[in-house]
Amino acid sequence: MNKPAVKIAVRGLSFYYGDHRALEDNTLDILAGQVTAFIGPSGCGKSTHLRCYNRMFDLYPGHRAEGEVLMDGVNLLDPAVPALTLRQRVGMIFQKPTPFPMSIADNVAYGLRLQGRISRTELADRIEAALRAAALWDEVADKLTEPGTALSGGQQQRLCIARAIAVEPEVLLMDEPCSALDPIATAKIEELIDQLRGRYTVVIVTHNMQQASRVSDQTAFMYLGRLIEVGPTDQLFQNPRRKETDEYITGRFG
Amino acid sequence: MIDPLTRRRLTNRAVMVLASGAAALGLTMLLWILTDVARQGAMALNWDFFTKLPPPPGMAGGGLANALVGTLAMTLLAAAIAIPMGLACGTYLAEVGRGRLAGAVRLVNNCLVSAPSIVVGVFVYLLLVKPFGHFSGYAGAVSLAILMVPVITRTTEEMLGLVPTALREAALAIGSPQWRLTVEILFRAARSGLITGILLATARVAGETAPLLFTALNSPYWTRSLAKPTANLTVTLFNYAMSPYDDWRSLAWGAALLITGAVLAASITARLLLRDGRG
Ligand SMILES: Nc1ncnc2c1ncn2[C@@H]1O[C@H](COP(=O)(O)OP(=O)(O)OP(=O)(O)O)[C@@H](O)[C@H]1O
Ligand SMILES: [Mg+2]
Repeated sequence: MNKPAVKIAVRGLSFYYGDHRALEDNTLDILAGQVTAFIGPSGCGKSTHLRCYNRMFDLYPGHRAEGEVLMDGVNLLDPAVPALTLRQRVGMIFQKPTPFPMSIADNVAYGLRLQGRISRTELADRIEAALRAAALWDEVADKLTEPGTALSGGQQQRLCIARAIAVEPEVLLMDEPCSALDPIATAKIEELIDQLRGRYTVVIVTHNMQQASRVSDQTAFMYLGRLIEVGPTDQLFQNPRRKETDEYITGRFG
Repeated sequence: MIDPLTRRRLTNRAVMVLASGAAALGLTMLLWILTDVARQGAMALNWDFFTKLPPPPGMAGGGLANALVGTLAMTLLAAAIAIPMGLACGTYLAEVGRGRLAGAVRLVNNCLVSAPSIVVGVFVYLLLVKPFGHFSGYAGAVSLAILMVPVITRTTEEMLGLVPTALREAALAIGSPQWRLTVEILFRAARSGLITGILLATARVAGETAPLLFTALNSPYWTRSLAKPTANLTVTLFNYAMSPYDDWRSLAWGAALLITGAVLAASITARLLLRDGRG
């Protein structure tokens, strides 16, 4: 079996909230078409790390990143890379579902319309395709004009996934996408992530170690802003190389 | 020496009585004013009131149609000026502005919110009346707009501030530029709050007299152009209520009822909107 290509190569990434250093010298490879999970105790910097991949921190003065995040060889942290186009290539799903205050169809169409004029028939096709890919089509096909906020939490989260994949991003970032959902909705999202594997490079942050072991191919364990261990998920959970990893996954701290 | 528990109970009761008394007093006054205005005003409101010009002093009949039209025209023009400005300023403060400049803008705005309206009237008098040599409806509308802008600015900033950060980040994360995020998502998410602010601002200026005294003044004729002195309800009310003629005083009551009713309706609509929006 040949090794999958590297989609994102993180090299010596450090991150600062003003004077506070939240990430220290993170280095790892995110493999194309695979699901990579980040685990670690609360406050260890998982979200911070993830938000470097789409330069979300740009919004806030005083937040800055050092090092390199190379997507297909180009450093995303370079201000010369326009944030808007970067974010169309790297989609993000948040902890709480974030439906926009508009209809279900308009939610999914939002990113598509940003990319320029698009014919009505093509728009309708792509909305349907995205909702199908997000395993939501059957539930909303007959109420596309209803507000997205009227859906259940789990449906809202799948709507957000549909919205993100409608623009055909290359990478999908998910920051604890199931933490506001019940077990059934969670199972649906996990199933969905499994289906997205291969077509998209998925990076997911989770507090739930079973979830990490179920959905991911590769797992990264973080602690106090450092990447302690990165490896194939099976190996990391069954046979961790580092003592801290072992203690965390067996529940002895964190 | 009474024991502490009894003393606490007594204090509690005393404060309760004082507070309820104050509330009751305020409410009584308000109801008194409202019923009086409603009773006296209702007698003046008839078809003529809405369709005819004011009668000559001492004559019966006539109406305040010209003042009604003038007030509507000036208020609408003021709203047309103030709504875009207020929304823009509020958006700047909530979404874009940082540091010193934003701080200064916010401070100035807070001063303007509580600026006495007569000061605004005098200011516009010097700016738009004196140089042209005559009073005008335009000057009136500008003075009302100046009173509206800070109110709309403040509510806009507050209402946009209530929109969760996650929604902003979600829109930016999909590649939305700031202006589309603002117009297509934030304004929509905060819509009922923004409308509320606009309604309250309009209600506030609809009942203003002082700024109009210095700008639009008043007129016994139809308003053909806002470039001339313009009839309006509040200044007419002021003049007629002080006049020695019963018929004029009756018209003043009618005007009072109309203004009070409009302001009350706007405030109630605003409340309902806000409640639905949050619900
Ligand atoms: N906006 C911010 N300003 C300053 N410090 C921050 C900010 N956001 C996070 N931090 C700090 O950075 C560190 C990492 O936070 P981060 O949110 O990345 O952790 P996390 O691993 O995602 O935690 P959780 O599992 O609770 O979501 C924490 O010490 C946190 O206090
Ligand atoms: Mg987090």
